Amino acid sequence: MHRTGELYGHFETLEQQKESAALGMWIFLVTEVLFFGGLFLTYTINRHAYPTAFGAGSNTLDLALGGFNTVVLIMSSLTMAMAVWSAEVGKKQLVSIFLIATLVLGTVFLGVKVIEYKQKFDHHLIPGSGFDIRYHAEHPTATDNPGKIAEEREELEKAFAKDPDLNAHAQLYFSLYFGMTGLHALHMIVGAGLLVWLIKGSFAGRYTPQYNTPVEIVGLYWHFVDIVWIYLFPLLYLIDRHH
Amino acid sequence: MSATPNSNGGEQKLPSEHYLNATYGIRSWLLTTDHKRIALLYLASVTFFFFIGGIFATLIRIHLLTPAGYLVTPETYNKLFTMHGVAMIFFFLIPSIPAVLGNFLIPIMIGAKDLAFPKINLLSWYIYLIGGSFVLYSFATGGLDTGWTFYTPLSSIYSNSAVTPAVIGIFINGFSSILTGLNFLVTVHTMRAPGMTWFRLPLFVWAHYATSLIMILGTPVIAITILLVALERLAHIGIFDPAAGGDPILFQHLFWFYSHPAVYIMILPAMGVISEIIPTFARKPIFGYSFIAGSSIAIAVIGFLVWAHHMFVTGESTYAALTFSFLSYLVAIPSAVKVFNWTSTLYKGSISWDTPMIYALGFIGLFLIGGLTGLFLACLGLDIHIHDTYFVVAHFHYIMVGGAVMGYVGGLHFWWPKITGRLYPESLARIAAVTLFVGFNLTFFPQFILGYMGMPRRYHTYPPEFQVLNVLSTAGASILALGYLLPMIYLTWSMRYGKVAGPNPWPATGLEWTTASPPPTENFDVTPEVTWEPYDYNNRPDLGLGAGTPSPAPAHGDD
Repeated sequence: MHRTGELYGHFETLEQQKESAALGMWIFLVTEVLFFGGLFLTYTINRHAYPTAFGAGSNTLDLALGGFNTVVLIMSSLTMAMAVWSAEVGKKQLVSIFLIATLVLGTVFLGVKVIEYKQKFDHHLIPGSGFDIRYHAEHPTATDNPGKIAEEREELEKAFAKDPDLNAHAQLYFSLYFGMTGLHALHMIVGAGLLVWLIKGSFAGRYTPQYNTPVEIVGLYWHFVDIVWIYLFPLLYLIDRHH
Repeated sequence: MSATPNSNGGEQKLPSEHYLNATYGIRSWLLTTDHKRIALLYLASVTFFFFIGGIFATLIRIHLLTPAGYLVTPETYNKLFTMHGVAMIFFFLIPSIPAVLGNFLIPIMIGAKDLAFPKINLLSWYIYLIGGSFVLYSFATGGLDTGWTFYTPLSSIYSNSAVTPAVIGIFINGFSSILTGLNFLVTVHTMRAPGMTWFRLPLFVWAHYATSLIMILGTPVIAITILLVALERLAHIGIFDPAAGGDPILFQHLFWFYSHPAVYIMILPAMGVISEIIPTFARKPIFGYSFIAGSSIAIAVIGFLVWAHHMFVTGESTYAALTFSFLSYLVAIPSAVKVFNWTSTLYKGSISWDTPMIYALGFIGLFLIGGLTGLFLACLGLDIHIHDTYFVVAHFHYIMVGGAVMGYVGGLHFWWPKITGRLYPESLARIAAVTLFVGFNLTFFPQFILGYMGMPRRYHTYPPEFQVLNVLSTAGASILALGYLLPMIYLTWSMRYGKVAGPNPWPATGLEWTTASPPPTENFDVTPEVTWEPYDYNNRPDLGLGAGTPSPAPAHGDD
């Protein structure tokens, strides 16, 4: 396959090449919607079946960290959009700056996710034989606020009264929590890899107003991953916060 | 042969440089981005899996020669039919026509130099190989006994066979299918030559467009589903485990959401092949072009709304079952539109009985039986009686083997001169086609009767009164095997020794026949410009086809 500048030989024009790449990414994103869709469906059915357990599981998540991450991710979408815009108007330096900013924000998101996962591990909330949704309420550490722990215990009592099998059903919630956020994090990691590749190209001055397809389609991908989180955040963190 | 003017007009010579001899060496094949070479890589790999699946089928048929089971233990029998299904469906039928013929032909048919993403095309072949390796590993290290449907909780909890590597292999292989579908969709949208409007596209391309839609919309769902089964086995996440509050029926919904449309991934491309063959050998424009094109899309769309007809006996809501039954009947409409249009094309045509045509006519007959018995199964009351019997086995083999494989083999014959530049021996090929047809019917027609009389599928023994029909079926299978071996032998032979075909041996009207056989690496020396309507057999003086002139006879390898 020969190549003239940025134009591959099987295309007639750069516009045709760009149109193909963008359409290809859109179609790929459609497959991603269906891919995550299977998990969203599974979530919906199980939440409908076990509302109490899903509420109890959701309330164990750290709202502050989740909220912070949501802001970080939305910011990263903004910087990504700015990178695409900078490439289109030919501001080569800005492209690099915004791409690096996006990468940094993405990494912050993943770092916070690690902290959250670690917390769940400490609280015995990893699905498996050691899973115990009451563990944290019954084994508070010195840093925990005793008032909050008492509240947590009371909530769990009520939940167990409604659903005696709460522990098993909460485990389903956490299977989905780790499945969905894990798959999302995997997409973030792939996205970070793509950003590193883009930053390399941008340092080499590859992206111009005539040719910026890679920045544009990685941008599409990044926004998609962001949107998945916009759905995950309320479904996983916010479903039972009304009292 | 006779004195009718031959489309070849005289001695033909192979072009001096073409895609097969442009570069040499193993690297030039393993790192190729040429869609035609990738098609041949796929041809070799799907043929390999067809052999694997065929060996399992042979063992099954030998085992069922006697009521008590002749050959293997019950456990091994479970593994045989499972591995037969997995190899044939995921690694032969689904990639067969799209990844071999579609890959080879779609860019040429629309006048492009290659698919839109040549590297991704090669990547999809490697993904196929990696997925296939996992599945072969599963076959070799204990096999697989869940049935190709992987129903939970058998697959997720109880099976002691090598389920995990198999589901990982199928998960990986799904991405090969997704990338092929994505590549085709983008190619059809952005790579068409000047003048190649949507309604001048060959129906083969329309069929693949519809197939690709199913590939990109359905395959991700089976991917995540089968991944959940793997996680269930590895980490006991509980999603499909009733003891943990999960729902095993959810698996069936998710599974069939892909696997029913997957039937259309197998049959739609075959319908595309038939739509090319019929007008060529009837020497007539195809009847109802836009209806055939639209019916492909209609089948793809309705196909997504019928999945729960596989689950009538799971205790799903009566209203849901009624709806799914009704929607399943609806699929018959676009399917019948195709059959009626093909037969109308034949009406008053100048029909020649060439090998591809024999396959095409065989396809129509077998698809008719397969399709109509599908209506039996879509019928709520009747399905309770014949669910999970050999009636179902016979029905889907009529669609998948009688339909999809006949289309595939017929298509291979039709485009073999284009792919290799050479003709196969025609009389031998006709004998093979008839052998296949006879062997197929003898194998599977008795199974309709067996099923209707109540023989359940997937059992390793049966009552003695079913023996005659089972022996007939096994006898048919041996004829069928001969019918497959013959083309494998003479097609391979013809690659080297066949008579040189020339660019357009039949002749046919598609763009692929305007370039050399085999085509050059970039398909056309100059980007073609399309100024004619599709299948215009009455009005192509450039091919010697016009009203009033006698049609040129097709060229044959043994003329």
